[in-house]
Amino acid sequence: MRTHAPDLFRFTSVLGISALVLTSCGGNGTDEGDAAADTDTASDNTDDNTAEDATGELTVWVDAERADDLADAASDFEDDTGIAVTLVQQDFEEVRDQFVSQVPTGEGPDIAVGAHDWLGVLVTNGVVAPVELGDAAEDFEDVAVEAWTYEGQVYGVPISIENIALLRNADLVDQAPGSFDEMIELGEEADASYPFLVGLDAQTADPYHLYPFQMSFGAPVFGQNEDGSYNAEELMIGNEGGTAFAEWLSEQGEAGVLNTNIDGDLARENFIDGESPFLLTGPWNVPAAEEAGINVEVDAIPPAGDEEAQPFAGVQGFFLSAQSENTLAATTFLVDYVGSPEVQQSLYEVGGRAPALTEAFEAAMADDDIVAGFGEVGAEAVPMPAIPEMGAVWDYWGASQAAIINGEGDPAGLWDQMAEDIAEATE
Amino acid sequence: MVDETTTGESGRITTSQKLTRRQKQASAFVDATTVGWKMMLFKIIVLGLLCATAVYAALVLFMNDRWLVGSLVLVGAAALTWIYLKRGVLPAKYLAPGLVFLLIFQIFVVLYSGYVAFTNYGTGHNSTKDHAIQAIMLQSQDRVPDSPTYAVSVLEESGDLLASDDLFFAIVSSEDEVLIGSADQPLEQSTEAEVEEGRVVAVDGYEVLEFGDLLERQTDITDLSVAVSEDPNDGYLRTQDGQRAYVYTSRYIYDDAADTMTSTETGAVYRDTGDGAFIADDGEQLLPGWQINVGMDNFVRAVTEESIRGPLIYVTLWTFAFAFLSVATTFALGLFLAMVFNDKQMKSRKYYRLVMILPYAFPGFLSALVWAGMMNQEFGFLNNVLFGGASIPWLTDPWLAKVSILIVNLWLGFPYMFLVCTGALQSIPEELTEAAQVDGAKAFQAFKSIKLPLLLTALAPLLISSFAFNFNNFNLVYMLTGGGPRDVSAGVSVGSTDILISMVYKVAFVGAQADYGLASAFSILIFIIVGTISVLAFRKTKALEELN
Repeated sequence: MRTHAPDLFRFTSVLGISALVLTSCGGNGTDEGDAAADTDTASDNTDDNTAEDATGELTVWVDAERADDLADAASDFEDDTGIAVTLVQQDFEEVRDQFVSQVPTGEGPDIAVGAHDWLGVLVTNGVVAPVELGDAAEDFEDVAVEAWTYEGQVYGVPISIENIALLRNADLVDQAPGSFDEMIELGEEADASYPFLVGLDAQTADPYHLYPFQMSFGAPVFGQNEDGSYNAEELMIGNEGGTAFAEWLSEQGEAGVLNTNIDGDLARENFIDGESPFLLTGPWNVPAAEEAGINVEVDAIPPAGDEEAQPFAGVQGFFLSAQSENTLAATTFLVDYVGSPEVQQSLYEVGGRAPALTEAFEAAMADDDIVAGFGEVGAEAVPMPAIPEMGAVWDYWGASQAAIINGEGDPAGLWDQMAEDIAEATE
Repeated sequence: MVDETTTGESGRITTSQKLTRRQKQASAFVDATTVGWKMMLFKIIVLGLLCATAVYAALVLFMNDRWLVGSLVLVGAAALTWIYLKRGVLPAKYLAPGLVFLLIFQIFVVLYSGYVAFTNYGTGHNSTKDHAIQAIMLQSQDRVPDSPTYAVSVLEESGDLLASDDLFFAIVSSEDEVLIGSADQPLEQSTEAEVEEGRVVAVDGYEVLEFGDLLERQTDITDLSVAVSEDPNDGYLRTQDGQRAYVYTSRYIYDDAADTMTSTETGAVYRDTGDGAFIADDGEQLLPGWQINVGMDNFVRAVTEESIRGPLIYVTLWTFAFAFLSVATTFALGLFLAMVFNDKQMKSRKYYRLVMILPYAFPGFLSALVWAGMMNQEFGFLNNVLFGGASIPWLTDPWLAKVSILIVNLWLGFPYMFLVCTGALQSIPEELTEAAQVDGAKAFQAFKSIKLPLLLTALAPLLISSFAFNFNNFNLVYMLTGGGPRDVSAGVSVGSTDILISMVYKVAFVGAQADYGLASAFSILIFIIVGTISVLAFRKTKALEELN
């Protein structure tokens, strides 16, 4: 075979060079793409658009759960305006990062579904455009619009509000508890294996589920501006209430009420098996409990401190791409179709989450006790902060909570250390 | 030259000089009959489809002004067609498909992350400067508080010949006056308008655009700002949907000529200082910024940034220990089992072997999750059943967590070692061991001095690649412990089982904001470490080969 070697060598070297050429063009390729986008906008500005360019179609990224209902709205829109709406199904969790990386290339959609706490990342990357709701803003629940407001701008049309509340097994305990201690007492009287359950992670506890208790000690993460938005500079987590909360965590950990070995799945299984009268969770665990024949009631979260136990609210909605060339059509679709009571109502029926539009919200409240229970708690909830630094905040927050619950040191000291670390990370 | 007898096409060419004319004719005849017209037809159809797809793709790319990618598609398709239609070039025919995929999925990705390592790509630096300016302008428009919603009509000058393409907004003010204005002309009162239900429906000299017309010019309409009055502080009228208009003021004004952003609130001027964002004199950054080349910055940060530098040495040591111990334990167990099941005295070895491979057939991340559940301190299978209700903190004690991770990796990794050891063992002739025993060697001695060196020669490359794999075993760490447990009093987000790659993940994606530039720089550094070790180790094995 020796005679072939030079041939092969020449061949591979040619391929090697073409590899370099291809990759260098890969790099250029993105530049070319940008240049293409630039020329596009340039030609838009020269006012000699052909009709073909401008009408186009709308592309909407939506998760599988909401796709069917949106398809109805999309076909209505197409009937009324003649603009086709292409629905592209995406995994909800993937939408944020995909949107951030694809919008600049011009491959992104005009509209996408998402959660309000992505806004920090989306806005900082400049991929999302504000949506002026105008007078329609008043038709939505306050917390929903508040959540989709970032630095004074509204960035999306909210569709549903999601928050946690206290699930009660009404066969074991027949009254709603007024405070955390009362709940534990009721739970112990009911003679169940666990007086109260909440899913926690061994490494990172769960700051989201424990937040209502923290709020009841008067220790929000950030201070809020007058318009309800968060002020990331005013870190409140390390205040006196925070220290009191840390002490409380440590006590509950020692008493075994809070147990980081019980994760979300174990907590749900035990509640379904009737091993506990109370479970702190969201609407996503209700169907399983109802199927198992548990007589589920939804109660307000009982405060552990002196103040109200407000949970975080997560608000889902649709938002607009900053690079959309169909802004006019997209805005019309968002405000007049997605924001309509019919669509909001049908979106609620699939997800079981309270609708964001007040009219649909009230209809849902009257219609379903479970949604009404979560909705009542949600109306008092505070939006989850959306600033991009939240990633770091959750990280320190959870690890410290787990350490405090497991009694790995002085609670107040650990909490102060955490507040310092968070302050450093959000600077 | 054994090739002559195999009648391969390439063999034919290289040896053709030696053949007589008749032999040539004969071999051409053989070729023609063996390749056959069916094969040829198949070739032509497949290549035809390939070329058609390539031409279509190239046309689409050219229409989008992507000249380079488009021409590459054409060149690639032409090259493939040439390779498969030309007689000879047999190696190219075998290699071409693999090489195409290698180029697309490996070399491009590697070089692209190499390129990213020298940029500031990440949260806040996601796109081009033009996009950043556009986004800032969009985000900084504030609706004037308590200003009304106007029902807007979009107008065009009527008349076909002299009319310009300019667009106009017409609204009805709160005093029932009709106001019309355009990009160059602030709102002015007009008396020649017809109003129906608060909306202008007709104006002399203008044509009111219908919804369909609006859609055709939507970018022009959404880009149009009409000043409310001569005073710019009064704000301007804009519409997003062609139906409703609002009065806005802008927080920043972009000066095209000077390339600066000026705040209308504080008067502060933000300049492009070459750092990939508009930056004020006091150092305040306006985000979003844009992507720029930052040279070696990311590499410098990788070794100097405080949040990384602190735990870096500790994590590096643990990464080496983890990778080495993983290889050592899995190899030891795999080899032991391979030898046990290689013993001919053992009955139904086949079935045992099958069972041994099961952990390997299971998806690794799933096994890690199952193990995480089994290692739960209070409810886990290990503590409850195997240790009779003991409370062993498998995953929450810093040292035990390390042991746990090695145990789980042993479970995941031994079937592979078992497989390769079985193969290698079976290729060593039994006579060698017998000969050694005849010479008076004990069983262990024979194994140590004869079988093991032979095995190692064959398996060393696999051990090295296993080391490289475990060096970057992100899945296991992420799924089993998430890098924890963490020493929360230390103030770093790195835990006691974090290896380099999971630390990179935390530093680049979790800790603050996504920083693809830094992450790419880190992965290049890790590549250099793993590459160096592998090269050194391969040198050693070469020495081993020569010894034999």
